[in-house]
Order: sequence, then C-alpha cells, then structure tokens
Amino acid sequence: MSNDAAERQLIERIHNNPKYQDLVAKRSKFSWSLSITMFLIYYAFILIVAFVPKFLGIKIAAGSVISIGIPIGVGVIVSAFILTGIYVRRANSEFDEMNRQIKEETK
Amino acid sequence: MKQLTALASALVAGTWTTLLWAAEPAKAESKMNMTAIIMFFIFVAVTLGITYWAAARTKSTKDFYAAGGGITGFQNGLAIAGDYMSAASFLGISSMVFAKGYDGLIYSIGWLVGWPIILFLMAEQLRNLGRYTFADIVSFRLARVPVRTMSAIGTICTVILYLIAQMVGAGQLIRTLFGLPYEVAVVLVGVLMILYVAFGGMIATTWVQIIKAVLLLSGATFIALGALNHVGFNMEQFFSMAQEGIKTSALADHKKIVATNQDIFAPGALISDPLSAISLGLALMFGTAGLPHILMRFFTVANAKEARKSVFYATGFIGYFYILTFIIGFGAVLLVSHNPQYVDAVKGTLNGGNNMAAIHLAHATGGDLFLGFISAVAFATILAVVSGLTLAGASAVSHDLYASAICGGNADEKKEMRISKMAALVIGVIAIFLGIQFEKQNVAFLVGLAFAIAASANFPILILSVYWRNLSTRGAVMGSAMGLIATITMVVLSKTVWVDVLGNKAPLFPYKDPAIFSMTLAFVGSWIFSKLDFSDRAKAERSLYDAQNVRCETGIGASGASAH
Repeated sequence: MSNDAAERQLIERIHNNPKYQDLVAKRSKFSWSLSITMFLIYYAFILIVAFVPKFLGIKIAAGSVISIGIPIGVGVIVSAFILTGIYVRRANSEFDEMNRQIKEETK
Repeated sequence: MKQLTALASALVAGTWTTLLWAAEPAKAESKMNMTAIIMFFIFVAVTLGITYWAAARTKSTKDFYAAGGGITGFQNGLAIAGDYMSAASFLGISSMVFAKGYDGLIYSIGWLVGWPIILFLMAEQLRNLGRYTFADIVSFRLARVPVRTMSAIGTICTVILYLIAQMVGAGQLIRTLFGLPYEVAVVLVGVLMILYVAFGGMIATTWVQIIKAVLLLSGATFIALGALNHVGFNMEQFFSMAQEGIKTSALADHKKIVATNQDIFAPGALISDPLSAISLGLALMFGTAGLPHILMRFFTVANAKEARKSVFYATGFIGYFYILTFIIGFGAVLLVSHNPQYVDAVKGTLNGGNNMAAIHLAHATGGDLFLGFISAVAFATILAVVSGLTLAGASAVSHDLYASAICGGNADEKKEMRISKMAALVIGVIAIFLGIQFEKQNVAFLVGLAFAIAASANFPILILSVYWRNLSTRGAVMGSAMGLIATITMVVLSKTVWVDVLGNKAPLFPYKDPAIFSMTLAFVGSWIFSKLDFSDRAKAERSLYDAQNVRCETGIGASGASAH
C-alpha cells in the first residue's frame, strides 16, 4: 500500500510541475495540428474527387497522358509519411528530453 | 502440457497429410502449381519451426499477448504493415486499378491516412496506458466489468466479421492458385492459424507477420519493376501504353471504360455522392484506429518511443506498398490484358477472375518460378492476417472477459493462458465453419462492416477515455453499444445486405457506408450519458483523469517500461 501512496505523491508532484504542464500543452497542440493537417489534406482530396473530378484529369503537360491526379494522389500518400516523420523527429528529441527532465526533477 | 503437445503434433501431422494429399492431384494439373506448392511447403515448414521456437519462449501471459514486450520499433513497423497488407488489399487494390484506373488509387489512399492519426493521437498513449488489449486503456479509470465486456464484444464482432471475409477469400484464392478444393483450403488455413496462435502466441504471430511483410514487399517490388522495365522506366510511355491497351482490350471492364469514354487517369464511378465518400473515408480513417489486432501490436514494444517509431515505419511500408499496387494495376493492363494466356475472351474476364491481375502479371514478368513464389506469398499473407485476428479475439476472451471481468483481475496466469489457447481453438473452428458456410456469399461488405464497427464502437470510447476527462462508465458503455447496434442495423437495412443478400426489392436505409451516422451517434451517446452521469462512481472516475494523464504523457508506471 505504501507503494501506492508513494506513486500517488509522485504523480501529484509531476502534475504540479510547470514543465509537465508545458510538455502536455506543447505536445497536444502539435499532435492535434498534425492530425487536422492530415484530415484536411485527405478531405480536400476527397471533396475534389466528389465535386470537381475533372480537375484531377488535367494533363501535367501538353501532349502528356499523365494527369495531375497521379502526382496529387501519390502526394497524399507521401504527405502521410512525411507528417509521421515530422512528429517522430520532434517527439524523439524535444518531447523525450522534456520528459526526461521532468522525471529527473521529480524523482 | 503433455496433452497440448500431443494435440500439436496431431495437428501438424494432419496438416502435412492434407498438404501432401492436396499436392497429388495438383501435380498432374500444371507445373506452376508444383512450384507454388513447394514454396508454400517451405513457408509452412519455416513458420511451424518458428512456432515451435516461440512456444518454448512463451512462458507468461506477457509473452503470449505481447511477445514479452521485446519487439523493436522497426520490427513492429514491419509486423503492423504485415497485419494491414492483406491478400485482399494486394490483389483487390491492384485489380481495381487494373479494371477502373484512378479509382483504385483513391481507394488505397483511404486505407493509408488513418495511420498518421494513430501516431499523433494514440500510439504512445496505448503503450503507456495499456498492457495487452485496448480495453486496458478504457478500463484504466472506468469500471472494469461493464467496460471490458463492451470492449470484448466490439473486439469479437470486428474479429469474426473480418475473419469470415478473409477465410472466404482464402478458400477462393487457394482454389484458383493451387487447385485445392475450397473446403480443404479453408480447413488448412484454419488449422495453421490455430497452431501459430495457440502455441506460439504473439511471438510466433509477430514473426510470421514480419516474414510475410518482407516477402510481400519484395515480391510486389519485383512485379512493379518488371512492369516498368518493360517500358524502359519511361513513365510517360508506361501510362500512354496503358491508355492504348484499354482501347483494344477484350475485358468487359475495359470495354465499359471505352464505351463511356472515361478517363482512366481521373476519378471514375467510385465516388458517386459526396456523403458516401465522406462516410467511407471516416470508416477507413478511424476504423484503422479501432482494429483490435492492430492496436495489440503497440503492446509488443518496450516503450512509447518504440511505439511511435513503429508507426513511422509502418506508414512508410504501407504507403510504398499502395504505390506499388498502382503500378502493378496499370502494368497488368500493359502485359496481361492482351495475352490470351491470361484472358478468358468469352466471359470478358481474366482467368480465375479479375482479382488475379497481380498474379498473372507476376507470371508475365517473372515466369513460372516467380508465379509460384507470388502464389505462396499470397497464401502466406492470408495466414498471417488471420493469425493476428485470431490472437486479438482470443485475447479479448481470456484477458478482458475471463481474467478481468470474471476473475476480477486476479486470474491465475497459467489458467488465463490456457483459456486463451482454448479461445484461439474455438475462434478458429468458428472461422472454419463460417468460412465454409459463406462460400457462395459475396463477403466483400464484411470488411467494410468490420471497419465501420471498429470506427463506431471501439474508436470513440478509446479516444474519449484518453482525451476527455468527463467520460464515465455509463457514457462509454452506452456510446459504444449505440455505435455497434447502429452500424449493424444500418448495414443490414442498406442495399448491400437488404437487397443483395436478402433479396428484397428496395433498401430501407439509403447509404452503403454508415460510419458518418454511427460514429456521430457513438460520440453523442457517450457525451450525453457521461454528462448526465452524476453518480459517485462517475465523480471518482473523473478525479482519476489527472493521474491517468501523467502516466499517459510520461510513461511513469507503464507496464514493461522499466529499464532492464
């Protein structure tokens, strides 16, 4: 039981640590903005498909058969990968470092 | 243990006999079947070897459910990709590109965009709050029995529907590829998946996924390169030859494209009304984040950092795979649609059905040997996916229902594992039985239904429990139940089931994809019932939110997070 009490105190201390509040605020802002970005990219694409499908059929150059829909579609796939990369990069460095400091301070 | 070993050897012996017996008639049929069967034998031998190795390492429930927590981010990324790239998506999406052009790409994009969302909002949270199943997260501060029961119901519904679709697809595919009778194929898949899961648990399932992902990615890369090599890697020529190819093709789908003067490099008939498009998009995007066999993968890594790395790798592999299926689809237009060897000109389809586009292209680019390899990979793909599903279903029964809901969290570990193995056996038998029953049904809608349930019953309570302080037990259970019931009702009353399966004249519900309604209902239901919950229990649950959040953000106290 004493273990439980110790853990409760630890959690309390972390919760009151301004660095923790800072981490939560930063991370949550970052992850929700990235989620919304992905959501907007995808739904922009779907809405174009639904309302102006002809737009995606425009050729990339005169005399070419390739439509701009192909690079745009592949672009949506690549953007998903890039967004995950952006998140992982910042989380691996900045957020993990903040987290380490919080744990250090509240030991 | 002795009994289990005896059962295992009996099952292994049975499998080999079936395989040998099955190989006999196929031998006479064609050479390609023989290479395919030999390669498949090798795959089965290797994976059974892994299962044997894994069984010796599966000593605790942690080993069984979470592979001991020792999988690295990169390995888990491959395993997630393996879980997600089913034979249906490999053959289905490439043949959709083959038959409809650009629509196939639109469809595949929907399957990918859920992954970044999982990373940003859930992967680390799952790792830090859970141990073995996603119900761990929901019941972190909510009442164990009702929440676990509801989550287990959501899990089992998703798993069984998805499994039926996979089993029927497996039976049909194997019949075409290997010349085995449908029932034999379904039983074979069922027995192998029971063996992997019951004896090797998550360790064997993970390694089967990893091997399969590597085989599938390299096989698909080779097919795509073969097709591009045909035009000297000139993309302009590749697409213009595809466009020309369709004009002279004998296939019914291609004739339709020519007759309606449709541009194969622009959206076609896939998305007819915006509401359906948005609804399908929601089901795919958030359904992925509610699939129990995918969520389980996050418990196999050591910490939040590995969890996030695994989604990064998985997104890369899956995205790359969908780009390959796009090239393979058009490659098949170039190299398959005009070759009488692959086309049934009378019926206006490909030999073995239009799903065979990628398989025929494998033969056109790499000959008999490569065809055998790809056929074996397709079979391996099915096996790996059904194993992951079975493990998720078995874990819901043993960890959520038995150990947590029935035994109050104090179950004997040995007994819990035994229950889990028995559950794997029962789920396997059910899947075999239903797989055979559904042979003649069109089961494509079942995958959509599984995703819609995952998005409406599992995802809302999972995300709310992590991000919304006010969620109470009553809100979670009611919201999830409403999402589940609404999804099933709407799909049954829609054209897919009401007209196409039950044979009624007109659908009672006008839309094919219910997610936009059922997800909304689940969220609104959770919100209303939580807000109206003034019980002491709800108060206690809210007060625990801060502690949950500390653990969620920092990983302090997370299971398996200890440094050792």
